[in-house]
Amino acid sequence: MTAVIVNEPRSAAGPETARGTYRAAVASEWTKLRSVRSTVWSLVVTIAITVGLGALLCAAVVARWDRLDPIERLRFDATGRSLAGIFLAQLAIGVLGVLVIGSEYTTGSIRTTFAATPRRKTVVAAKATVLAAVAFVVGAIGCFAAFGIGQVILQGKHVGVSLGDTNVLRAVFGGAIYLTAVALIGFSLATIIRRTPGAIAALFAIVLVLPILSNALPSPWDNNVAKLLPATAGESLFSTRAAPDILTATHAVIVLAVWVVATFAVALISVSRRDS
Amino acid sequence: MIRAEGLTKRYGSTLAVDHLDFEIQPGVVTGFLGPNGAGKTTTMRMILGLDAPTAGTVTVNGRSYVDIPFPLHEVGALLEAKALHPSRSAYNHLLSLAQSNRISRQRVDVVIDMVGLADVAGRPVGKYSLGMGQRLGIAAALLGDPPILMFDEPVNGLDPEGILWIRNLLKSLALEGRTIFLSSHLMSEMAQTADELLVVGRGRLIAADSVANVVGSGQGTVRVETPHLDELAAILRARGATVTYVDNALEVHGLDARTVGDAAFENRIVVHELVRQRESLEDAYFRLTDASVDFHAAALPELAGDRR
Repeated sequence: MTAVIVNEPRSAAGPETARGTYRAAVASEWTKLRSVRSTVWSLVVTIAITVGLGALLCAAVVARWDRLDPIERLRFDATGRSLAGIFLAQLAIGVLGVLVIGSEYTTGSIRTTFAATPRRKTVVAAKATVLAAVAFVVGAIGCFAAFGIGQVILQGKHVGVSLGDTNVLRAVFGGAIYLTAVALIGFSLATIIRRTPGAIAALFAIVLVLPILSNALPSPWDNNVAKLLPATAGESLFSTRAAPDILTATHAVIVLAVWVVATFAVALISVSRRDS
Repeated sequence: MIRAEGLTKRYGSTLAVDHLDFEIQPGVVTGFLGPNGAGKTTTMRMILGLDAPTAGTVTVNGRSYVDIPFPLHEVGALLEAKALHPSRSAYNHLLSLAQSNRISRQRVDVVIDMVGLADVAGRPVGKYSLGMGQRLGIAAALLGDPPILMFDEPVNGLDPEGILWIRNLLKSLALEGRTIFLSSHLMSEMAQTADELLVVGRGRLIAADSVANVVGSGQGTVRVETPHLDELAAILRARGATVTYVDNALEVHGLDARTVGDAAFENRIVVHELVRQRESLEDAYFRLTDASVDFHAAALPELAGDRR
């Protein structure tokens, strides 16, 4: 991100000033983010859904456990199940990502922002920094809480796992990383589309609709295409299961990173080329 | 100083700003006049680097606005007062702007006091009236204590009290030696506050001069009241004047007051009132922009008569 700012083509001043404007913009964006109610709500809802839905799904497994056949029991992923609330919670954090810049385009305050900081790429980078930090912290809180509560429930059938078990810590942090990635993708889409509803629709299409469509493809295309989608990558990141049909953690991180970087790059190009 | 050279903006087939050349001098109040759609807002946006010119350049103190790292210290601008996140408080709105330009929190409190929003600064701006929104926009413009201030239609939609407040504020800011560039379509405001005028129509520069010169460039008229309107009108027309009936009087173009009085005396016509009328800024404005108004309100003679 720093490289992007230093290479800012329109700036006449040196890298020292570039860092100064970036730091100032980060402070400004943090104030903006914390001072609107929608932020607080998105974050509360993200945690509540991650924890609440995870607990519900764990309780459902406990209730059915005695009727599961041995193969199902063998393949049961206690970590992944307790984190499954992420599938819904990603929408709340994704909407926050969209709103971080979408609300400025909707209200017209983006012009006040750009008049105060004419280096638009710096503004976009600062917004993304603050958003990523908040999304990761909140995502981590949600995932650790969901994991803890989920395992307590699963322990009712003695199938809970602990953070020290193989791949568990990676999976819990993986959930936070996935939520951060969804927030950033939403942010970039809103920067490109410049409309809140359009950006939300685009984000939901990517994380919800594309996985369903890819399932409709004939084999083996369904699996190959699905592996390139952020939702599938996220799922393999926050489960501890290893199987040929899902990505390894490293590949999952790469897929997510490509989505985040590609949409962010388009956002940077788009914001500096257009009138605001 | 703000300097535009060949400044041009084209939106599709519409030429919003057409080769504008101007200089806005420091320490002077410059009024930016023109009918709606003349390109005033577009010009201001290009000054602030929000819209990129199709051709030409505009600089602030010798450099392009987008090259100023912390521009609020050089230019304060009020473009759209209500372009705010409705659930953010005025204080946090100003604080975020201040932080982006390394301005202290103390200064935020100072400008809040200056515009009289101290009691409501913690409230969400969505609950603000138009006048309060305008005050907040002005507070934002003053944050960096800039030598140049730019206001787009600052009195738009304000009540008389708000208009008076802005008028006094502009005067005191001008007395401090700041450069003020304000657009308005309210002539009375301009006549009261501006020293210099930039008049635009259809994106082109029509006049750039002092208010006194713009007003003085047109001929004045003479208003004469008499019980014998038709008789006197015929006599004055015979001497080459253009005469129009206004209420119970004649308005005479092309003759001075002395000639009109002499003509009435020579023909033994009683005159109840004889007034020399200087052209108002409004008259001058309409004379200058007449050819360039995009949408004429056709066939409304009574409104045209109300202009003065």
